[in-house]
Amino acid sequence: MSDRLAVAKTYKLYIGGKFPRSESGRVYRVNDAKGGFLANAPQGSRKDLREAVTAARKAFPGWSGATAYNRGQVLYRIAEMLEGRREQFVAEVTAAEGVPAKRAQALVDQAIDRWVWYAGWTDKLATVLGAANPVAGPYFSFTVPEPTGVVGVLAPQDSSLLGLVSTVAPAIAAGNTTVVVASRERPLPAISLSEVLGTSDLPGGVVNLVTGNAVELAPWLAAHADVNAVDLVGAPEILGTELERAAAGTVKRVFGAGRAGQEPDWTRPPGMERLRAFLEHKTVWHPQGV
Amino acid sequence: MPSGSTTTAQATDAVSGGPPPELTEASRDETSLRRFLHALPGIDQVGLEQRAATLATRSVKKDAKRWAIDAAISMVDLTTLEGADTPGKVRALTAKARRPDPEYPDVPPVGAVCVYPDLAGVAVRDLAGTGIGVASVATAFPSGRSNRQVKLADTAMAVEAGATEIDMVIDRGAFLTGRYGLVLEEIQAVKAACGDAHLKVILETGELATYDNVRRASWLALLAGADFIKTSTGKVSPAATLPVTHVMLQAVRDWHALTGEHRGVKPAGGIRGTKDAIRYLVAVREVAGPAWLTPRLFRFGASSLLNDLLMQRRRQLTGHYSGADYVSVD
Amino acid sequence: MSETPFEYAPAPESADIANLRPAYQMFVDGKFVDGAGEPMKTVNPATEEVLAEVTTAAASDVDRAVRAARRAYDRVWGRMPGAERAKYLFRIARLIQERSRELAVLETLDNGKPIRESRDADLPTVAAHFFHHAGWADKLDYAGYGPDPQPLGVAAQVIPWNFPLLMLAWKIAPALACGNTVVLKPAETTPLTALVFAEICQQAELPPGVVNIVTGAGEVGAELVAHDGVDKVAFTGSTDVGKRIQRGLAGTGRRLSLELGGKAANIVFDDAPLDQAVEGVVNGIFFNQGHVCCAGSRLLVQESVAEELVARLRDRIGTLRIGDPLDKNTDVGAINSRAQLDRITELADSGDAEGASRWTSPCPVPERGYFFAPTVFSDVQQSMRIAREEIFGPVLSVLTFRTPDEAIAKANNTPYGLSAGIWTEKGSRILWAASRVRAGVVWANTFNRFDPTAPFGGYQESGFGREGGRAGLEAYLNV
Repeated sequence: MSDRLAVAKTYKLYIGGKFPRSESGRVYRVNDAKGGFLANAPQGSRKDLREAVTAARKAFPGWSGATAYNRGQVLYRIAEMLEGRREQFVAEVTAAEGVPAKRAQALVDQAIDRWVWYAGWTDKLATVLGAANPVAGPYFSFTVPEPTGVVGVLAPQDSSLLGLVSTVAPAIAAGNTTVVVASRERPLPAISLSEVLGTSDLPGGVVNLVTGNAVELAPWLAAHADVNAVDLVGAPEILGTELERAAAGTVKRVFGAGRAGQEPDWTRPPGMERLRAFLEHKTVWHPQGV
Repeated sequence: MPSGSTTTAQATDAVSGGPPPELTEASRDETSLRRFLHALPGIDQVGLEQRAATLATRSVKKDAKRWAIDAAISMVDLTTLEGADTPGKVRALTAKARRPDPEYPDVPPVGAVCVYPDLAGVAVRDLAGTGIGVASVATAFPSGRSNRQVKLADTAMAVEAGATEIDMVIDRGAFLTGRYGLVLEEIQAVKAACGDAHLKVILETGELATYDNVRRASWLALLAGADFIKTSTGKVSPAATLPVTHVMLQAVRDWHALTGEHRGVKPAGGIRGTKDAIRYLVAVREVAGPAWLTPRLFRFGASSLLNDLLMQRRRQLTGHYSGADYVSVD
Repeated sequence: MSETPFEYAPAPESADIANLRPAYQMFVDGKFVDGAGEPMKTVNPATEEVLAEVTTAAASDVDRAVRAARRAYDRVWGRMPGAERAKYLFRIARLIQERSRELAVLETLDNGKPIRESRDADLPTVAAHFFHHAGWADKLDYAGYGPDPQPLGVAAQVIPWNFPLLMLAWKIAPALACGNTVVLKPAETTPLTALVFAEICQQAELPPGVVNIVTGAGEVGAELVAHDGVDKVAFTGSTDVGKRIQRGLAGTGRRLSLELGGKAANIVFDDAPLDQAVEGVVNGIFFNQGHVCCAGSRLLVQESVAEELVARLRDRIGTLRIGDPLDKNTDVGAINSRAQLDRITELADSGDAEGASRWTSPCPVPERGYFFAPTVFSDVQQSMRIAREEIFGPVLSVLTFRTPDEAIAKANNTPYGLSAGIWTEKGSRILWAASRVRAGVVWANTFNRFDPTAPFGGYQESGFGREGGRAGLEAYLNV
């Protein structure tokens, strides 16, 4: 180590492509796995969350209307940029999760590869999930998957980067925009990821990241009428039922119903489960005649 | 509308002031005609056919059926249009036209007898004083492939023989190549040659291929002064169909809405049974309106239909089914 | 020729064909049984006469049905090879076709819908739904959900009164094809065809317990969907009840699919095929008396053709024949119940109060029975109740727009998202609009088309999950 004093980073929220401080003006202390001080993270408030939902809604037409090829390239670009900052993320994951460096490397590599996996999915969803329906009549009927809308992601509390990527990437690959509540104890990889997103080609508002206390924020997210779906994987387990009830108020799609806070083994192949969860099927009919 | 295109023959209850300006404007020149015809709302084939099929499920029973059978008989243009036609054949038809069912004198006479122009005189003599019309095809029927002079001479021959109705064919070749002005003028010229005779304009919908074309041709004929628009010559398949007749009924309905004039519709060819005929009457009632349920405004071009109507009529009266040997084969 | 106007004589289908019985029992574990609930009476809404007495379930009966379904799932159906399940479903499809006239008449008696619709729309689609799903039973490996997708178990299904047998088919056919067993509750006011369907299950020799039909009102449905023994809940009905069910299932992890209300926009552009648009708008709102969750209840018409379209609409609506649902010439039948008639009346009155202009078809309306004449409101604004709330009756609200963007914005300005209609001759505009409306089903230059191969279901508060096609299988597979 040289004598030079490192420039410490001020961690911020990521909303609408910008990096604001929390409107609450509050921060909370983020420790490493051993309890040492790492940084202060913004204590996102329900108003920050509201701003995030507004930004996500605003970004939705553009992102869902972008070509699948374009979305694929944007996602792939994220992988490219993460690759370039691999060492930083290994360090952050090591600090956040307290895993050995080698394990952290594997997790970061998988997170990068996961972006690549989902980047490749964008222009295959309609082929795989859509259909030309052989209806019994003189009509052409086809079914295409469309993004559900604004997805509230309660990001995994444990898996600070791979889990986060595994929940956000499928939602946005499908054309949704997201409001993400990062892991409370391990938010720094998430904030750094948002910095990558902010300098990637991802349009502002497609991913909005709020750090803070999920116990406080999740009920607002689940009840927000302009949120169309929620992923409960990182929700406080004790709040699961309450959040599902709140989500029912506007008939939200709930991923992880009855399994709030239960994280799967993120290193396993993800399959299509999360892609399907935030897609709607639209069936279009038109007569065939001269 | 060009002068001379309205005659007393048309069932007119025109609103004062004549046709609205957009119609006068429409037939001003080739360009405005094209603009007008191509601005007519499109037709969705599937939707049209579905509506026609749904209406065809109407169940007409009892009094309504008896009324419909008699109405249909009175709307028949009893037709023979064969190379082998002779005066004898025509006389058989005129006899049938006057008294369709000798056992039941209360059967109404048919609307008209429809023949080739050279035999129109025979029919006229036989039907004098009966009030039954004599319709003659003309204008190089059925193809219409001759020059204007021949077509007009053909028409004149029929009119001179005393035909009260002229069934002309449009120049489908000209229509399909977009020379609408030519078609319009020709109808106008024939109309002028008709004198007091009603003009039925045969669109030959089977050759027009699309419903959009049928709609355009219908309006073209109406603009040119047709008293009736008629589906087919009977020499081309498909001849009359319910959906095509729907389109033509919509045209006369809309024409009436614009001008106040009632113009007629005549499906011809392929209508053989009572059930079919009643489906057409249902279409008349529900698409154009009850006002069109008169031989003045709706006719069937048919030959074998009449006997089926007569058998069904007996079935209604006697309570049992009739047989082919109990009606005359003419 | 007489001068009698061409008025169609009554052409009633014979009610005897329905083989109506004075009393109906529910169907549990392969047997018809009485429930412990208070018997209820089902009424012919066209005459207000009682059709039959129907037994109802108490909590204990629901429990018995769920346990029967569980046994059948564990012992027979869940482990039966798909090819065998398929044959049962094919049998059922055929039996429905054979008895379709009887079922159509019974449906019309119990529901009030015109016989023309139950005969030509409901019943053929019911049979088709079983026939289509029968073929899936042994082909689930190829449905795109990975190898050997497993069923969920016991499905609790609650259906509405608007398409009693068709909604039953939409629920039972995919559930059984995927290897689940079911307990289904038909609507309180329309239980009869479901109970005849139970008889068809017997005739098809379906193993006992695979299909159970429990009868009763809302509380029986509530009991059923909340039962601990079910693995899956499927509900079609109002958004309010749907939310209640979703709330009730919170935290249980039980799978849920919902097909709820709608307030569909039928968008007519100025270049539309007008005559077909008129037909489509009429079909969109007056089909089944407007008791259709995907009904085109909001007509959005471009201002340049609004006047002409509305005039044509009125002329056309004036020809609709309202009356005896059993008459083959009836276009608009009876409102299903007094309660629904009251709701329609109340909402229509709110239209008057909020300043919309009401036009009512001059057609004669029967004095007896629950009828509501076809009604069109013009001068409707987005903020009015008749533009926002689901009326579920023959009431059309007409709104106008000036530009395509405005049309889409107005169409999407609702928490619902079940269906939409688009009328224009311009192909690129159809595809543009179809991709922008937030709705699960988009009909372009047509309306109210249904097919077992075409997934159906909503966006947003119109529910989630699909019925029909490959996508519909997901609701009954553990994937």
